[in-house]
Amino acid sequence: MPKLFVTDREGEEHELEGTLGWSVMEIIRENDLPIEAACGGCCACATCHVYVDPAWLDRLEPPNADESMMLDEAFEVRDNSRLSCQIKFTDALDGLKVTLAPEF
Amino acid sequence: MSEDVIRTDMIIIGAGPCGLFAVFEAGLLGMKCHLVDNLDKIGGQCAELYPDKPIYDIPAVPRCTGQELVDRLMEQIRPFEPAFHLKEQASDLRRLEDGRWRLETDAGTVLEAPVVVIAAGAGSFVPRRLPLPEAERFEGTSLFYAVRKMDQFRGRNILIAGGGDSALDWVLNLQPIAAGMTLVHRRDEFRAAPDSVEKMRRLVAEGRMRLVIGQISALDGEGDRIRSVTIKGTDGTSTLVPCDTVLAFYGLKMELGPIAGWGLNLDRNLIAVDTAAFETNQPGIFAIGDICTYPGKLKLILSGFHEAALMCQKAFKYCFPEQKLIFRYTTSSTDLQKKLGVA
Repeated sequence: MPKLFVTDREGEEHELEGTLGWSVMEIIRENDLPIEAACGGCCACATCHVYVDPAWLDRLEPPNADESMMLDEAFEVRDNSRLSCQIKFTDALDGLKVTLAPEF
Repeated sequence: MSEDVIRTDMIIIGAGPCGLFAVFEAGLLGMKCHLVDNLDKIGGQCAELYPDKPIYDIPAVPRCTGQELVDRLMEQIRPFEPAFHLKEQASDLRRLEDGRWRLETDAGTVLEAPVVVIAAGAGSFVPRRLPLPEAERFEGTSLFYAVRKMDQFRGRNILIAGGGDSALDWVLNLQPIAAGMTLVHRRDEFRAAPDSVEKMRRLVAEGRMRLVIGQISALDGEGDRIRSVTIKGTDGTSTLVPCDTVLAFYGLKMELGPIAGWGLNLDRNLIAVDTAAFETNQPGIFAIGDICTYPGKLKLILSGFHEAALMCQKAFKYCFPEQKLIFRYTTSSTDLQKKLGVA
């Protein structure tokens, strides 16, 4: 099973089974980690904000204009900020590491 | 005092798609509705979060946008003349001696009805606040998330944060009356209307205001007065911007709010209901749409529509205890067609 590693806001890392074809947000949410994802994944809010481990950043498709605009509503946005609903989990992302951004 | 109380059949909290469709189902059964919503517009999440995004799963509507769905619902419920109380948050709910409910909003509106329907989605939309520990002590005196009276900001040295229409509109409106104006945004691209962005850039070029690219990392001041704001740039450098007023526009978020204190059975911030009538543990208070939960619940608009129809069957008994309810179709009943204004 491909793995997704998620560091929560307390700094604890969780090893999750990554379901191929789901978004990273969905995998995090279905594992009951605290991610709000208010809009349900249609890129209409910024409450699934995560930081992607810099080592993985180049392997992701860059954010599109919609995602960049929604990130404007997030706080503490960094170069490795992404909305996790916009990252589709594929085989190529086996081992991906993300950190939940602060709640806001 | 009692003249100011609005008496109706059904008070609906939340003017999203489910609240709106409840007006239709209630109207067919002869119940009049008043709706309360904290947003400044009708439509809930459909209008606020995704007005331009497509919806494909409304029965018999292969495709429509969030705003189109709201517009069509408004057309459908027009015959029933619902009353809207927008920009008002339902704050206090209590039971009257005669068994009816009394709802008060934060704007002081008082409504009384035998039935209250909570169709509040994920709760009230409220401004997203700056998640800095020092922010709270400045809030309301030198840190604001909305503008109520423009005049309050006359002569102030203002810093506005955000890149959307609210941020840009207030930059343009307040700049002429402010002593100083700085706009802070995390990147040099704005999702606000291009025309507003253009005007802002002109003001910057003319030296009448400042644009700083970066994010607020700290607020400094004395007591409840801000003296300066630290902005962290994308390159990691910090800039200190002196100002006495900060207006932050980071969009809206949803929170359950006062509903949590109404004595309703909650399950993870959702309201537990029975699936026969979508009634809560309090008789006469119903919950429909995303805010209600029961075994098998799906957060779909179409589920909320179904919940609205069943809820009204029981609501009718509270509103008209002496009357018999007969089940009829709009296709064949002239009585229902009269209510719809088509017969």
